[in-house]
Amino acid sequence: MNKHSKIGAGLLALAGSAQALALDKYIPTTDRIGDPAAGWNHLWSEVLVDITIMGVLFAVVLAYLMVKFRRRPGVEGGGVKELSVGAAIGWAIIPAFIFLADDLFVAANGWQLWNLQRTVPADRLEVRLESGMYSWDYTYPNGVRTQNVLKVPAGKPVLLRMTSRDTIHNHYMPDFKVKEDSMPGRITYLWFYPKEPGKHLVTCNEYCGVSHSYMSGQVEVMPPEQYQAWYEEEGAKLKAAAAAPAATEGSAPAAAPTAGAAAQDNKKPA
Amino acid sequence: MNLKEWVFTTDHKRVGILYLIGSVAAFVVAGIMALLMRAELSAMGPTLTANPTTYNVWLYAHGAVMILGFQIPALTGFAANYAIPLMIGAKDVAFPRLNAFSVWLFYMGVILALLTFVIPDPPDVLWTGYPPYSTITTGNTALYTFTVLLIGFASIIAGVNFITTIAYMRAKGLTWNKLNFFVWSILGSFVMQLIYVPVLGTAVLLVSFDKYLGTHFFDPTMGGDVLTYQNLFWFYSHPAVYVIFLPFMGIIMDIFATFSKNRIFNYKAAVYGGVWGIVIISGEVWIHHLYVTGMPDWLRIGQMVTTLMISVPVGLMTISLVGTLYKGSITFETPMLYALGTMFLFLVGGLTGIPLAVTSLTVNLSETYYVVGHFHYVMAVAGSLAIFSGVYYWFPKMTGRMVNETWGRIAFVFTFVGANVIFWTMMNVGVKEGLPRRYYDWAQFPQVAHDQMVMTIGSVIIGIGFAIMLLNWILSAAFGKKAGDNPWESKSLEWTTASPPPHGNWPKPPVLADDWSPYAYAKR
Repeated sequence: MNKHSKIGAGLLALAGSAQALALDKYIPTTDRIGDPAAGWNHLWSEVLVDITIMGVLFAVVLAYLMVKFRRRPGVEGGGVKELSVGAAIGWAIIPAFIFLADDLFVAANGWQLWNLQRTVPADRLEVRLESGMYSWDYTYPNGVRTQNVLKVPAGKPVLLRMTSRDTIHNHYMPDFKVKEDSMPGRITYLWFYPKEPGKHLVTCNEYCGVSHSYMSGQVEVMPPEQYQAWYEEEGAKLKAAAAAPAATEGSAPAAAPTAGAAAQDNKKPA
Repeated sequence: MNLKEWVFTTDHKRVGILYLIGSVAAFVVAGIMALLMRAELSAMGPTLTANPTTYNVWLYAHGAVMILGFQIPALTGFAANYAIPLMIGAKDVAFPRLNAFSVWLFYMGVILALLTFVIPDPPDVLWTGYPPYSTITTGNTALYTFTVLLIGFASIIAGVNFITTIAYMRAKGLTWNKLNFFVWSILGSFVMQLIYVPVLGTAVLLVSFDKYLGTHFFDPTMGGDVLTYQNLFWFYSHPAVYVIFLPFMGIIMDIFATFSKNRIFNYKAAVYGGVWGIVIISGEVWIHHLYVTGMPDWLRIGQMVTTLMISVPVGLMTISLVGTLYKGSITFETPMLYALGTMFLFLVGGLTGIPLAVTSLTVNLSETYYVVGHFHYVMAVAGSLAIFSGVYYWFPKMTGRMVNETWGRIAFVFTFVGANVIFWTMMNVGVKEGLPRRYYDWAQFPQVAHDQMVMTIGSVIIGIGFAIMLLNWILSAAFGKKAGDNPWESKSLEWTTASPPPHGNWPKPPVLADDWSPYAYAKR
């Protein structure tokens, strides 16, 4: 536990300086807004067709040969001649070529989707995430902090800059088909495109400790006006609190939420 | 039969059987862990235990023991030791005492792994042992480190031994291109072990340094980096998949040839393209285990291409397997049933790996039940069925008795059905719901209740299959009917000596004719 808090304290300092440096030169930006989740569904169905065809082909041939060449009375040996040199080379080169062609086809499509997933639209909401055992702590551009609930406006891409204060966690949003580790001492990013208002699960996807399976959160996609109202109201509250001679400074962990209570206590088994 | 003779044996056959006993014991323990986990997951919320750490220890033990205690030793320990000297016509391995030493180290490793269930704070770091968790947990990370080191050291010694044996102790007239495919696969496996095991040893040692000696290799607050560990770990542990994969292909390839009474189709493509293709590419694909860790984007794309290219050597070996049946004269005894079962499971497992090679698809699939389903198909059940097909295959040679066929078939049906029930469902849940792996409780995903129950039932079915198999082995070893020297009518060299073979294997070292081949079956 001692070590744990030491890491936490060190990271606090580290996160401050590192996040100030930002990582913009590592985040390619685009003016176009694509939809990575839809792209994922598309590529998945394509690859699924590809592997199903190969699987069925091999399985059918295998089953056919098993039946066709089962031992029959009178046929003791089954040995056939070795392939000629030409045939052996052909049976190596041609299949290798076919497999390689398929690989490159899949890779090209995968790369295309990858570029979409890693190139973040310029018009976006940026939120910083610090994960810890066992919570997701979000910080908005105006300083508002929330825990385990990420409120975002519909129709605007969201970029998460992530780090962790203790072990490795992974911010996974199954509905948006995207995840990335958040790690101590490193900053990673992911983005997603929430289109419609609604609620979506956030779950931890990297073994992080005893209560790993209870580490969950929620993305709350709000109608843009409603989001804007909430954002400004919380921002104003924060300003008022800062103006007041509050004694909280220094004692608050980076992640103490300013808005609302934690969605749930992730440390307790349900 | 006295105990001292077995403990201090230097006979490769006895060493092999010791490896078999140790690894099957490990398999039973790790299998029970799997059943416990499935029971825990059968219903939402705490079921068997209310303490997630208990579950995490089962999870650790299941993964670490299955891979390090069962699959690698069963293939590169048991199968290699028992079959290689016999297949190449040698009277023993090159360094018999070193061989005995490596089996001792293996047993020490297994005993250390079993201490997990005795010590007060057992390791709960999974088989991967990622820091920072492994350096801050109250669980005993040192036990993990030393288990890995002991078994790893056993592997390195065995690697030196077997590469020397295969290079220098082949019978007169046994040229490289006449080797059984299995011999090639073991050679490839041990070349990889020699290259990569030291890297794993370094990684797990540094974790314990960090935890117990206060170093900061992986501690970012003091200039360390958490990802260094993951890179070192997977630099070994992806090749480790092929250390398992190659010998299991080797076993089923030889079984296919024997039970089809046929040559291996395009042998040279399978050896030089397949085995050595895998060995060459194996070290350039580890990033696919780090697809969602913020590794540089270009690297995640580069290794997507290398990972996909693995399909070429694997495809060549698969074509050789399928082609070996062509114009064969196939019989379906238990070893062949298990080998064919392996083939079908491997087909599903191999092909479902292709989406996981694609970085942009893995961004969703990584660390979900889909991954667990995939690698259990390709590695866990295909690998285990291949190992067991090998045990069934060499059983008459080892014991001089036949395994009971009827019970062998019954066990196969249970195992094959159970495996598909669990792992097909698992992949499905992973894709549809994104259910993460390594969850003690799936409270966040109430919609998977039905599937979880199906998987638990599947685990009982597969458990029954393995139990029947083990009982059948024990009873058949004692009461089975006499086997004779060559019950499968194979042309391979190990079947030309007595069952079980005497010390030294042959009264006189075999000399091979020019037209001899392990696959020279009568022409149709």
